[in-house]
Amino acid sequence: MARIVGGVATSHVPAIGAAIDRGRMTDPYWQPLFKGYERSKEWMAATKPDVVLLVYNDHASAFSLEIIPTFALGCAEDFAIADEGWGPRPVPAVKGHPDLAWHIAQSVILDEFDITIVNKMEVDHGLTVPLSLLCGQPKEWPCPVIPLCVNVIQYPPPTGHRCFMFGKAIRKAIESFDADLRVVVFGTGGMSHQLQGPRAGLINKEFDARFLDKFATDPEALTRIEHVEYVREAGSEGIELVMWLIMRGALEADAKEIYRFYHVPASNTAVGHMILENKRAA
Amino acid sequence: MDDAETAAQFDDIPGTTLFDARRSRMGYHLNMFCMSLMKAENREAFKRDEDAYLAQFPMTAEQKKAVRTRDWNGMLRLGGNIYYTSKLGATDGLTFQNLAALMTGSTQEEYLQMMIGGGRPPKGNRSKKEWARG
Repeated sequence: MARIVGGVATSHVPAIGAAIDRGRMTDPYWQPLFKGYERSKEWMAATKPDVVLLVYNDHASAFSLEIIPTFALGCAEDFAIADEGWGPRPVPAVKGHPDLAWHIAQSVILDEFDITIVNKMEVDHGLTVPLSLLCGQPKEWPCPVIPLCVNVIQYPPPTGHRCFMFGKAIRKAIESFDADLRVVVFGTGGMSHQLQGPRAGLINKEFDARFLDKFATDPEALTRIEHVEYVREAGSEGIELVMWLIMRGALEADAKEIYRFYHVPASNTAVGHMILENKRAA
Repeated sequence: MDDAETAAQFDDIPGTTLFDARRSRMGYHLNMFCMSLMKAENREAFKRDEDAYLAQFPMTAEQKKAVRTRDWNGMLRLGGNIYYTSKLGATDGLTFQNLAALMTGSTQEEYLQMMIGGGRPPKGNRSKKEWARG
């Protein structure tokens, strides 16, 4: 049977992608951030997942206001890289895993999570920046990736509690897939940041530190954070943190924190990162 | 908690525009104009003649003016969403950070230094009452 071996939480700031693509990783501004991911790249290379399921949000790239799915699961063979206004990032196209993706779709829908099935979707920095941070700049991504796209732009996004429960349904789906696959789940976005309006630039280190602490040991507590608290305390885009809770729900309750990194700033954003491993499935 | 109570709580957060149903409906065509700038040929057409390009979209005169004058906060008030207006920014060669500096009324250098210094703290920035006191 397939099993989840670990989880990666990380911010997905577009400027990080630009810094990688333009070779600015050793600039004094960026060097501390990329240093913080060196160990993560080693972990990823050593863990060698067969599949990554990556939870992220689309930033008006694949979806516009025409269609706004709350949860959209990429079931395609491959996913092209979106042009976000600057030309597509020079990274490999993403290969999917339709067998597992379709199995997850069927399993979670019968489990009463009425997701959207997507057979054609471009993926933007929300998905490619986390891959770049964990995998570097390979010619091909090291394994197939199943994109799980969450609406966090149009209010209201799903609640943290719903995301956490969805993560549990995803775990059940993966564990009932009849193939010996080792899966790593990514939860991306956050941490505190606000991109818009006169309050742009908000960073709340205390909120982020508490979130990271609870994320490892008491994620249920985080599922009670209401949307208004995210926006007030962590900024209008800090609400992306609900996506981390899908990953956390997919991991076991007593998953072990392997690594943590926090850095301010990357452009407008507080970068948070954590790696968890399931104790029983490693 | 009912809708009005929730809305009042969000409304009390200063300098922040919640992209809710009301704004999404108001800003639909403005945002879809921005979305069209995802295509390189549309960016070129827009740059060649902004008014002619905007004429294709049933936006209000106020929304078109906000676009023409690059009134970034005005666009948000009129239903724009930052992930859409940032595509207009990209067309102008502006990053999210450049736009943030403009929306906060800072110079690019001041904004960069504020972020390097740890960003805008939550203290004093949680409620409109705190901003009113200056």
